[in-house]
Amino acid sequence: MTQRWNPPERDMLSVQRGPEPGGLGGAYRTFAATLRGLRTTLGRLAEEPVTIEYPEEKTPVYPRFRGRHKLHTFEDTGLEKCVGCSLCAAACPADCIRVVAAENTPDNQVSAGERYAAVYEINMSRCIFCGYCEIACPFDAITMGNDFELADYERSDLIFTKEMLLSDPVERTPLRREGE
Amino acid sequence: MSVLGAVSFAEDWWIQILKSLLIFAFILQVVPLILLLERKLLGRFQARYGPNRVGPYGLAQPIADVLKLLSKEHSTPRTAVPWMMAIAPVISIAAAVATLAVIPFGDRGTWGDSFGLYGIDVSIGILYFFAFGSLAFYALVLGGWASGSKYSFLGSMRSAAQLISYEVAIGLSLLGVAMQAGSLSIVEIVDAQDTIWFVVPQFAGFLIFTVAGFAETARPPFDLPEADAEIVAGYNTEYGGMRFGSFFMAEYIEVIVISGVATAVFLGGWHGPGPESLGPLWVVLKMFAFIVFFIWIRATLPRLRYDQLMSLGWKVLLPLATLNILITAIVLVAF
Repeated sequence: MTQRWNPPERDMLSVQRGPEPGGLGGAYRTFAATLRGLRTTLGRLAEEPVTIEYPEEKTPVYPRFRGRHKLHTFEDTGLEKCVGCSLCAAACPADCIRVVAAENTPDNQVSAGERYAAVYEINMSRCIFCGYCEIACPFDAITMGNDFELADYERSDLIFTKEMLLSDPVERTPLRREGE
Repeated sequence: MSVLGAVSFAEDWWIQILKSLLIFAFILQVVPLILLLERKLLGRFQARYGPNRVGPYGLAQPIADVLKLLSKEHSTPRTAVPWMMAIAPVISIAAAVATLAVIPFGDRGTWGDSFGLYGIDVSIGILYFFAFGSLAFYALVLGGWASGSKYSFLGSMRSAAQLISYEVAIGLSLLGVAMQAGSLSIVEIVDAQDTIWFVVPQFAGFLIFTVAGFAETARPPFDLPEADAEIVAGYNTEYGGMRFGSFFMAEYIEVIVISGVATAVFLGGWHGPGPESLGPLWVVLKMFAFIVFFIWIRATLPRLRYDQLMSLGWKVLLPLATLNILITAIVLVAF
């Protein structure tokens, strides 16, 4: 306490110590700190709660948020972009994508290429939403959407088929606006 | 009348039964409301909403809580003493409710000459309050010991130590008021505050009473007997269902009791502006303010460390309370 303060030597860190606890000064400081604390909590009363009431009110996501996948079609012809190359399945670290390809025929032209995906399944209970499938795809046929509310009652319901991935999701997730 | 010899005034027996039923019913209805108020206010103190899902604005939350507690099963650990474990919550809630009897809501004659607006006006009101306050801690010790669990035992030991340390301080803090009023009867103490509330001449006593009162109710920041971060839930670790609910309820009744005593002894009881028949309203308002203060403190202060609890009780509150009594005595004799 009574030691004089010396400037720190080169290999010393400067240490600032608070006042010693106890004694009359300590009692005064404790009392003052208590009052400051009471003022702080009282200040919270006047503020609006920061709670976001989730099911009714959703936090907007960023545009690049990686949520549920989407498969795309060409807007003009309506043909599927996916040609069944299985590059996404190869890139997938969680091994959750299953693609079975089939040949396009003139009667049954599904995609723009020679082949199309007869089966395209993503097991959402295994997917880690890394987005590698999106990067691997040479035709931008699969992209990551913004939906994250994927909970279900059965594991089998979490295996998303091609039809489910092609159709627009029912619930839309709010997108964060510029500067928000 | 021999039993009631210590009572300055007693009503007919049927009025007394009616009064006790009324007070009991009133407090029992108020406890869930305080529970809700606490959770709501605590939420707002922390910039969140608090319960708002059950019913409009979450108003049905206490009902849901009580229903949940009622429908839960009791489990008894193998090492427990079942019958002692069962009576501990009973003692706890009985002691808490019994203390309510001496809290005055109004004088005799406030609403009618044949009865007073209090359970009973015993000439040893403050001693009565101490006696049952200590009994409530006995229930915690018994429950914790009979649970046969280490956490429970630690919690009950803590509550015993806390009781011993703070009962002294709370007693001495009220002694100053008793000396000034010249009576231990709580009704007479309120009467003595006709001109000035005792919070002014006995401000130190009021502060000591408030701090020690928090410790008496084992509420934050003195909730060491049930410090959930350190010893799970202390004495009620092994309790579930409505047995736990009884302990919980007893704690809140204790809060009401401490607020009532503080109101009566320091904050002028039923004295306030307006006609005398408004007295009970003032009592309830003052108690409400004190309870809100309880919640405010809970939202603000962290729990004391065990050694801090002990040194605050023995090294700060006890000497201060003694000094307060000495000064009061000197002033009373000298002037």
